[in-house]
Amino acid sequence: MHTEFLMGNAAIARGAIAAGVNLTAGYPGTPSTETLETIAKYRNQDTYVEWSVNEKSAMEVAAGAAYAGARVLVTMKQVGLNVASDPLMSLEYIGVKGGMVILVADDPGPISSQTEQDTRHYSYFSKLPCFDPSSVQEAYDMIQEAYEFSEKYGTPVFFRPTTRICHAYASIEVKDEDEYVHHSADGFKKDSSRWVIFPRLSYANHKKIEARNVELSKVFSEYSRNAIIPERGSFAGSGAARKGVAAGGISLALTLDNLQDLEDAPRILKVATPHPFPEQLAVTYLQDLDEVLVLEELDPVIERELTYIAGKYHLNVEIKGKLTGDAANAGENSPNLIAAALDSFLGRAAAETAAMPEPPQIPVRPPVLCAGCPHRASFYAVKTAMKGKKTIFCGDIGCYTLGNAMPLDMVDTCLCMGAGINIAQGVFRTEPDTNAFAFVGDSTFFASAITGIINAVYNQAEMTVIILDNSTTAMTGHQPHPGTGRTMMGEVVSKVSIEAVLRGIGLEFVETVNPLELDKAVDAVVRAAAQKGVKAIIFKSPCIALVKPDQPLSVDQSKCIGCKRCIREIGCPGIVINDGKVCIDPGLCTGCGLCAQLCPVHAIGGGCHD
Amino acid sequence: MTNTVKKNIDNRNTDNKNIVNRNIVLCGVGGQGTVLASKLIAAAAMEKGLRVMSAETIGMAQRGGNVFSNLRIGNSMHAPLLRSGQADVILGFEPGETVRMLHYLKPGGTVITNCRPVKPTTATLTGSSYDGSEMIAYLRENLAADRLLVVDGQEAIDKLGSPRVLNMVLLGAAIRTGQIGLTEEDIKKAMGRLIKPAFMELNLKAFDFARQ
Repeated sequence: MHTEFLMGNAAIARGAIAAGVNLTAGYPGTPSTETLETIAKYRNQDTYVEWSVNEKSAMEVAAGAAYAGARVLVTMKQVGLNVASDPLMSLEYIGVKGGMVILVADDPGPISSQTEQDTRHYSYFSKLPCFDPSSVQEAYDMIQEAYEFSEKYGTPVFFRPTTRICHAYASIEVKDEDEYVHHSADGFKKDSSRWVIFPRLSYANHKKIEARNVELSKVFSEYSRNAIIPERGSFAGSGAARKGVAAGGISLALTLDNLQDLEDAPRILKVATPHPFPEQLAVTYLQDLDEVLVLEELDPVIERELTYIAGKYHLNVEIKGKLTGDAANAGENSPNLIAAALDSFLGRAAAETAAMPEPPQIPVRPPVLCAGCPHRASFYAVKTAMKGKKTIFCGDIGCYTLGNAMPLDMVDTCLCMGAGINIAQGVFRTEPDTNAFAFVGDSTFFASAITGIINAVYNQAEMTVIILDNSTTAMTGHQPHPGTGRTMMGEVVSKVSIEAVLRGIGLEFVETVNPLELDKAVDAVVRAAAQKGVKAIIFKSPCIALVKPDQPLSVDQSKCIGCKRCIREIGCPGIVINDGKVCIDPGLCTGCGLCAQLCPVHAIGGGCHD
Repeated sequence: MTNTVKKNIDNRNTDNKNIVNRNIVLCGVGGQGTVLASKLIAAAAMEKGLRVMSAETIGMAQRGGNVFSNLRIGNSMHAPLLRSGQADVILGFEPGETVRMLHYLKPGGTVITNCRPVKPTTATLTGSSYDGSEMIAYLRENLAADRLLVVDGQEAIDKLGSPRVLNMVLLGAAIRTGQIGLTEEDIKKAMGRLIKPAFMELNLKAFDFARQ
């Protein structure tokens, strides 16, 4: 054992490696992404790792390997599980041979997601056991135990950290390499009565799964990560206030911090396996308590379990939480919120904070497209070309969702990965005189846009697809994808051509244009919009984080008339006003040249655009 | 399965009276280098056998948005996040962001801040006059003089010729207040491990810059 300072996701990855993981597959998504990247970095020679084209592919690749006896890890964010839910639901009926851990990172807040969905519900729905770590150290230790449970019971298991575990850092105890488990797959054994799902098999296995989960509830009541922490001080002894707090995940850690230095603390139930719920442990915990406050993020899962158990065992205890209005029912549980909920529940006075007068107005800093981002140029070209026309601009998931911000204002809808393509068709069906546009990034194109484009072609829709191809998965930190020609195994492979895919589907108008050449880009959009059917423009220019910037531009103050057109039209963070004059910040400017092309008096120059 | 967890989660009896517990907030704007400064403090503390936890802003919010780290040093914490009034030190890389995080400061805590603003794109669009000076004035009005250290980050950037040194300038100033509980030598040792040799000279100069 030795100590390392690790991010939660890195700790999970290192735990999986220590457990002998043979294959890892996933799709990038905040806050889960660094897990697979860490596996790729620290894997031994025999370990296979891939960014799959989407979460469904990842789940199925991993399932196949687990059928063959490999220990596997699947990684995704919570909304990714919606994409992978089809194989997930059937896989539980088939089971696995090698240990299979499905890492799904939930995102209370949400901080970087579309929804605040709670993967613990998927655990109920699919009947898979769920492990919910409350610290970085526990995440490292518990994922190793999760592999043992998975193999012992022949089922995939969920591992469900939240953002504040995934992206926390902590100095933790990790194993030395000679302490690692080495797991080797014994290969796929043909047996159609086991691996082929048929109604009769599903019925038989369903009965087994229900019986197993009853057993697991008992096993989890003895599992040391589910625990009762005894009350102390005024909460102990006869005549004491009989109150308890139940919590899991980061809410448990925040509760322990909050009560740490106090003489008096209520009885705590730590829930590390929300499903199957450790029922017997909960019954023991609830004995002689009058009131329990449940602190958890997202949905009231522990709260409903305790309410059910109190009813089932006729325990005279009041369970409080989200359902009773005693805890926030949306958003993150910040330390301040936990403190307020505990203050109110325990009848404590709030901790004193320094009273300060109202500060001056602090500027808001919404995230914006980077200076020089080619997406800005693409959006501006479409905006310019379609000025005055009836349009709908359907956006999608990626950095380019930020095209919604003023002054671009070029994202009218955004729903989920790949949805924009089909939403544009629906709007067109309802308002056929609308010029329907859908914007989609290169990684999202491969993940889930292709079927939507086939749908448009087959059903004779009228729309223009704009592919924003920056040669990477930028938003989640620059992961490779099928169009980049690089894999997570370090191979250089042939690129899947977006243009060839589109032509293969049957599109006749497919043009690849550099969006930073504004006139050509606008012209391509004008011509595409005038055509019938499904058309596509691929705006191809690399993410600025991947290439060396060109020389920064500058403003010739003798020419600048101060019209601020550059600022009003494109909102580039590299253009600033200093002492009333429009200037370019050389530390931010990448020399993309977009602003120079729209300056009415050609006052912007320098770099290689002179 | 072990039972160690039951001990770990109830460690209030651990004898840590002699250990300095420190809660630190680092804040600024994405790209200013708060994460490296946070990592250096963490590495230096770990070298002394202390436990460290931190939470950082990662993801969408990094792009031109405000970023923060909660950094906790000691042997008795469970979560990396701080509540209001818990921070011993706020190390602010941008004056507005320092004020935004001021609610974390505990009574008697220390603030070290850069006085130079990063103007948000929205301010350019709306023609806001924000230049940071109102934030520094607010801090001076509300904090005792010996609890506030204002550093001119731009002066260091101009003299050292690189915008990338800001984090080391501020970190050096913060360490020398004595409020982080680590010495200059502790941090320099950590720099030797975390910073590429080619950048060491510049970073050491920056670390020592605000000495005058």
